[in-house]
Amino acid sequence: MSNALFSEAPPPMPDATRDALADAFLKILPAESVLRNDEELLPYESDGLAVYQQKPPLVVLPDTVEQVQSILRTCSEHNVPVVARGAGTGLSGGALPLADGIVLGMAKFNSIVNIDEKARTAIVQPGVRNLAISEAASDYNLYYAPDPSSQIACTIGGNVAENSGGVHCLKYGLTVHNVLQVKAVTMDGDLVTFGSTAPDVAGFDLLGVLHGSEGMLAVTVEITVKLLPKPATTRLLMAAFDSVDNAGDAVAAIIGSGVIPAGLEMMDNPAIIAAEAFAKCGYPTDAQALFLCELDGTTEEVTDQMEKVEKIIRQNNVTTLHIAADETERMLLWKGRKSAFPAVGRLSPDYYCIDGTIPRRHLSTVLQKMNEWSEDYKLRIANVFHAGDGNLHPLILFDANIEGELERTEELGGKILELCVEVGGTITGEHGVGMEKINQMCVQFGSNEITQFHALKNAFDPQALLNPGKAIPTLNRCAEFGALHVHHGQLPHPELERF
Amino acid sequence: MSTTDLSSSNTSADNDLTDTLQQRVTEAVEKKQPLNLRGGASKEFIGFASTATTLDVSGHTGIVSYEPTELVITARGGTTLESLNATLTQHGQMLPFEPPAFSPAATLGGTIACALSGPARPYRGATRDYVLGCRVINGHAHALRFGGEVMKNVAGYDVTRLMTGAMGTLGLLLDTSLKVLPLPEQELTLITESTAAQAIEDMQSMAGLSQPVTASAFIDGRKYIRLSGANNAITAAAKTIGGEISSSQQVWSDLREHKLEFFNSDLPLWRISVPPLTPELPLSGKCLYDWAGMQRWLFSTDDPTVIRSAVESNGGHATLYRASATLKNNAGVFQQPEASIMQLHKRIKDEFDPHGIFNPGRMYTEF
Ligand SMILES: Cc1cc2nc3c(=O)[nH]c(=O)nc-3n(C[C@H](O)[C@H](O)[C@H](O)COP(=O)(O)OP(=O)(O)OC[C@H]3O[C@@H](n4cnc5c(N)ncnc54)[C@H](O)[C@@H]3O)c2cc1C
Repeated sequence: MSNALFSEAPPPMPDATRDALADAFLKILPAESVLRNDEELLPYESDGLAVYQQKPPLVVLPDTVEQVQSILRTCSEHNVPVVARGAGTGLSGGALPLADGIVLGMAKFNSIVNIDEKARTAIVQPGVRNLAISEAASDYNLYYAPDPSSQIACTIGGNVAENSGGVHCLKYGLTVHNVLQVKAVTMDGDLVTFGSTAPDVAGFDLLGVLHGSEGMLAVTVEITVKLLPKPATTRLLMAAFDSVDNAGDAVAAIIGSGVIPAGLEMMDNPAIIAAEAFAKCGYPTDAQALFLCELDGTTEEVTDQMEKVEKIIRQNNVTTLHIAADETERMLLWKGRKSAFPAVGRLSPDYYCIDGTIPRRHLSTVLQKMNEWSEDYKLRIANVFHAGDGNLHPLILFDANIEGELERTEELGGKILELCVEVGGTITGEHGVGMEKINQMCVQFGSNEITQFHALKNAFDPQALLNPGKAIPTLNRCAEFGALHVHHGQLPHPELERF
Repeated sequence: MSTTDLSSSNTSADNDLTDTLQQRVTEAVEKKQPLNLRGGASKEFIGFASTATTLDVSGHTGIVSYEPTELVITARGGTTLESLNATLTQHGQMLPFEPPAFSPAATLGGTIACALSGPARPYRGATRDYVLGCRVINGHAHALRFGGEVMKNVAGYDVTRLMTGAMGTLGLLLDTSLKVLPLPEQELTLITESTAAQAIEDMQSMAGLSQPVTASAFIDGRKYIRLSGANNAITAAAKTIGGEISSSQQVWSDLREHKLEFFNSDLPLWRISVPPLTPELPLSGKCLYDWAGMQRWLFSTDDPTVIRSAVESNGGHATLYRASATLKNNAGVFQQPEASIMQLHKRIKDEFDPHGIFNPGRMYTEF
């Protein structure tokens, strides 16, 4: 059993350890790749969830696999925790440094090793930006499908660690469905290959386990991704409604009809207003809900599906239905959705992004509850959803300078996540647990599951040095959080609505 | 409550044996008595034969929930694949990875444990691409739930994928939640005479054309391409691709179930899994190419080490699929992973099943 199970927050790294480690790293890395001054360390203090900050004692920036192996061996020998980091766009504090550990920045691993046009695969280093893969593959009329909104910045290494999704994952899958092979270094410095360019490997699906493991099992150093042919035809439809219920019904009817759109993204009124003000993309700002539905495939497939989808939408009290006339308008309509976060960010000094998933049929109940809480807490909420797969991103608007507002925001966020679990969903669809949702893990899982998670980590990382304290709570922590009371599997009648 | 009424559907009886099964595992742990988990015994021929006491899990049946508009179904491990498919068909849906049954008795639990996928695999994905969550009894006799019934879920490690294909060595699968997809409106098959080399190249490049291809195989001098979708779409695609059109899809189910003429042989049968565009391998015997050439079935009496090294040098792996116990014992069933990966397997096994209760030796002699 893992010794991480009941551990408490560790004391900061002693100066002597820090100096000894820096000396060891300087033997294998150039001076500019070992960061230890305050101003050099500043950019590493947090990830995309800036409300959590911790200055790391040391940051190292290797650029070869051998260096990574050697760094991990050194840390293993000295029992020093390691937090791997890509671009630091994560939204759950996954790459948040530890006071007693080093940050292993993977940004210098930024080359695309090879694109195989015929096999339709790309071998890339983990620090390569998500969008850079599609850009490089574009010459061959290929692309890498998962497209998180952060795709200009986030790295493929971070995507694997979070099993990131994007607006097109309804049809084309998440990161785990599009990665064929990962080479990774375990904490003891071994270079291991998971997966294969063949359809499968003998033995356990360890490649699957690595996805979404938040840098806690191994450090990824090379990734082979699947590339897809660009679809022959792509069309985008925008539909606006005077109630979220009507929009939700239309979404359910589309999915129920057998059409799987390439993307199906919804926004509520506050998000529509923010996005329109930001991107001037032509959204009707009086609509209570709006969705974008993208269809792709051969011309015949798209024509056929467009007919079906249009008909369904018209049967569901649509107020505005518009099909993008050309590629420029399509991109403009997407721009509104893809910039929803920064757009909402302009409405308020701070915003907090939540990431729960629910069975779609509970959408209106969950939204209604959120509206009530929004009033109770006196905090505005704007909603963007990956509607096709029930992944919600409520954005809570707050002002960190107002005393107690961040705390109220976090409390409200926690309640929303617990509601997601209650209706049969999950506390995180794609942003990961990290540091942020560690308490809610105790709501979603019982102590036996949590113990099993620690045991699985123990198989990969017996010293518990890779990103310890993230993603999987200690049982102690759960006991303190006071939530270790229901075993999720034994919730009586989980299918029933509870409010 | 909006869950679909299943009373009129063709499902297995609703029979939750969780407590009983947990009790059996507890006893096995106490007595240090290894168990051979058995569903419909349809895939008992895969892997090494078990000498452990059989625990029949086929009575643990029933569809726990099915919500067609959510594209998700959850069913107990003993539910037969046949009844699951019947329920899905009633609602115009299917298991997209087309798992082979090999017998009407085949169960969902065995399907997930073996993680076999049918002809659609290169186009729609494999078993592991459709598992969303599971409940499982581990080696401490705890019933655990991982994942869930939603498409996107990254809370905790992905134990469901770990269970998928673990051949029951890590725990007893109580139930599994799966993503399902709508049945295609129509299908047709295009048949063309070809050589193996040409077919391997054509099948791979065809998948790069963004056409509604959902299966491709090369069988006895002919290349078969399946198109699925709306009538207009597949008719247009058939024109673009060319070949003799057949409206019968029998070849695909026969291929999936190993009922084609090709499979009538008593020689050892190898399953070969190789990267795209792997050329014909210099091995004797007869070979069938499925999955655009990436999954091959080979009846051959060549030395197993010769077969394995030919496959391995091309980046793939070979499984001794159907063979005598003697040959399996001599040659091993599954390709031996590199030492560090085997080490991880053993450690993971220890962390899930420390007393070695579940299907010991079924996959590898090491655990
Ligand atoms: C504006 C905005 C929009 C976003 N939109 C989306 C979205 O649509 N969908 C979505 O899924 N996410 C989204 N995200 C979240 C984030 O971009 C993703 O989680 C992304 O995958 C993180 O990548 P990164 O390179 O920034 O990783 P980091 O933030 O640097 O790290 C994330 C985690 O990965 C681990 N890690 C990083 N590199 C490695 C490695 N080489 N080996 C092992 N572990 C490693 C870290 O330890 C950490 O736990 C968004 C974020 C922002 C700021």
